[in-house]
Amino acid sequence: MAAALAVAEGHEVVGVTLRLWDNQDTSGCCSVAEIDDARRVAGQIGIDHRVWSFTDDFETHVVAPYAEAHARGLTPNPCIECNRHLKFGRFLDRALQLGFDGVVTGHHARILESEDGRRRLLRGVDPGKDQSYVLYVLCQDQLVCCRFPVGDLTKAEVRVRAGELGLATAEKPDSQDACFVTSSGGRSALLGTRIGLHPGRVVDPAGAVLGAVEAVELVTVGQRRGLGIGASGGGERLYALAVDTVSATVVAGVRGDLLADAVAVGGLSWVGGGSVSGLVEAQVSAHGLAVVARLEPSAPTAESAQPFVNVVWSDRQRRVAPGQSVVFYRGAEVLGGGIALGGGPACSGSLSGAGSP
Amino acid sequence: MVLNLCYLDHAATTPMRAEAVAAMEPYLKNRFGNPSGAHAMAREARRALDAAREMVAQALGAQPGEVVFTGGGSEADNLAIAGVVAARPGGAVCTAIEHHAVLHSCRAFEGAVVAVTSSGVVDLDRLAETLDPSVSLVSVMLANNEIGTVQPLADVADLVHQFAPEAVLHTDAVAAFTWLDVARLAAPADLVAVSAHKFGGPKGVGALVVRSGTKLAPLIHGGGQEWGRRSGTHNVAGIVAMAAAVEAAVAERGATVVRVSAERDRLVDGLLSGVTGSQENGDRAIKIAGNAHLSFEGIESEALLVLLDEAGICASAGSACASGAVEPSHVMAALGVSRDRARGALRLTLGSTTTTADIDHALQAIPAAVARLRAFSPGRAPAAVPIGLNPSSATV
Repeated sequence: MAAALAVAEGHEVVGVTLRLWDNQDTSGCCSVAEIDDARRVAGQIGIDHRVWSFTDDFETHVVAPYAEAHARGLTPNPCIECNRHLKFGRFLDRALQLGFDGVVTGHHARILESEDGRRRLLRGVDPGKDQSYVLYVLCQDQLVCCRFPVGDLTKAEVRVRAGELGLATAEKPDSQDACFVTSSGGRSALLGTRIGLHPGRVVDPAGAVLGAVEAVELVTVGQRRGLGIGASGGGERLYALAVDTVSATVVAGVRGDLLADAVAVGGLSWVGGGSVSGLVEAQVSAHGLAVVARLEPSAPTAESAQPFVNVVWSDRQRRVAPGQSVVFYRGAEVLGGGIALGGGPACSGSLSGAGSP
Repeated sequence: MVLNLCYLDHAATTPMRAEAVAAMEPYLKNRFGNPSGAHAMAREARRALDAAREMVAQALGAQPGEVVFTGGGSEADNLAIAGVVAARPGGAVCTAIEHHAVLHSCRAFEGAVVAVTSSGVVDLDRLAETLDPSVSLVSVMLANNEIGTVQPLADVADLVHQFAPEAVLHTDAVAAFTWLDVARLAAPADLVAVSAHKFGGPKGVGALVVRSGTKLAPLIHGGGQEWGRRSGTHNVAGIVAMAAAVEAAVAERGATVVRVSAERDRLVDGLLSGVTGSQENGDRAIKIAGNAHLSFEGIESEALLVLLDEAGICASAGSACASGAVEPSHVMAALGVSRDRARGALRLTLGSTTTTADIDHALQAIPAAVARLRAFSPGRAPAAVPIGLNPSSATV
């Protein structure tokens, strides 16, 4: 659709399918069947189609870090790293290197140009389909070379335009897992071979053992099911509060314990190029609600090696699993974002209230 | 469709020879008979088939009864390997630079993959180590399709006779046929595979020489054609065209090799001197005449091929896979070259139809394309982001 829209606007367009990992299966992401589909659609639109392979970079920047994060008890978002390093990294660079002016993708988001030439990144017009969350890592240099034509269309408008252009509107369902995790093997198969999965104990904040899990690396902060805890008579639901792979321990607590006043966010990326402080709306998942928070920048200390911000919630929020992205908005505009920090040895001290270290 | 392309991908496929097209035409029209039959139409087709078989056998140094027509080179390789192992179970040994039709076929049966030297030749000592009476088949290609190096088949045969005397020796001569006297050089092998579209014949037809006495089970069962070794109605038109192509190829081979190797040398030497940071892959002294294979520092094959495509040059790198992307070459990996060198590789393969103008154009366009790729720098520092560690323990 995005390619067709770009062609309709009068641009000279080449369709590219990225081959990011070696899917030997006959279907699914990066499989030959998917690539064939893309080529067919390109033919329908009347544009050339190429397939570019970045399997090495995908392994280095997305899959290996994904596995490493799990090994450390984090919950990574590989789509963010793929956007950062591959889609708007290697792919964009290759396009520019070959003399293209930029890239067009089907992300439901908008780019506006200010009077001073700077780019602003906004949510797509359809809040239910907004995909700006995964684009917070883009900087000015990249935004100048990107187009997101679908971001201006509501779902209904997409259907109308697709009809006009003669395209099928079969939408791929959002996958639950990363594109490189097969539905047959799941995360267990991928991570089992790479990092090994280890059983762990589940304890309460005081350290009392509650149960066990088969694979501590697969547990996520905020998780309720699969914690190996039987329904304790008359007890409240328990949630994973912290995961420590070093001691193979999951700390579980009641919902009250799951709430935190703030979350520390590092690995910061700012769309405008400069950091922002003050009030924002912070969104902690791709389609979650953005909640009012205050950004308090913290300079790197002697102990910490990177700058981070404390995102202080106006109302207490559930803990954010370390490794997940937190994106800062003002209205529809994406200011930037970063990665929730945390992890390290679980101790009751670090669990009370604040998410900052 | 762009006309006047500078086609330098003869290893992928070659234009059909006029003689081959002319030979096959009647069999696409009035002479449509199925050779397996008793009536006049069938007999006529049978005569054409027999004549074609004689010509192909002659060119391959075999008896007519030793030629099995197949649906191409990959099928011939598959038939050779699976057919031998089915008839006499055991390991299938092959080199690390074989075509995937051989590599994947051998993988199904336990057998060693033998390393090659850095100049692209099978390591005979390592080969000897893998040979013992349990080995059923040894497969060593006559010439490699990516880097063009010719393998020492006679030496391989000696080792097989010595250490695995019951084993069958197969050679994939698909890349070699246009350039080498396969009849002579493949004589030590029990099984020889060739493919028509590599020497000016049509796609979809090939042959496997099966020397008398070699036990081979069929892959394709059915009406029993090809003495039960490959059933299925004969692709008469294709086979007739293949025979015409084979004859023409052999007749002009000597002259073509001389002319093409001179142009190839001009091309490679011109690129090596005209582009800094360039090197040749595979030892030129032992390469087939049409093969030019280089690596350019600091650029990627995929990007280079896009620019060359825009300049009207058809070339390749690595191996084209089913997805259409350029996959990292297993041959380059087998040579032990660095990832960067493998990533910046370019294969240019000349053929009998290649002109001096083609080479002139390549000598102008390739250095320009490499320079253009090298001139680009992303301008952004590559992002390096920690993965959410506690700041007090974070290391970037």
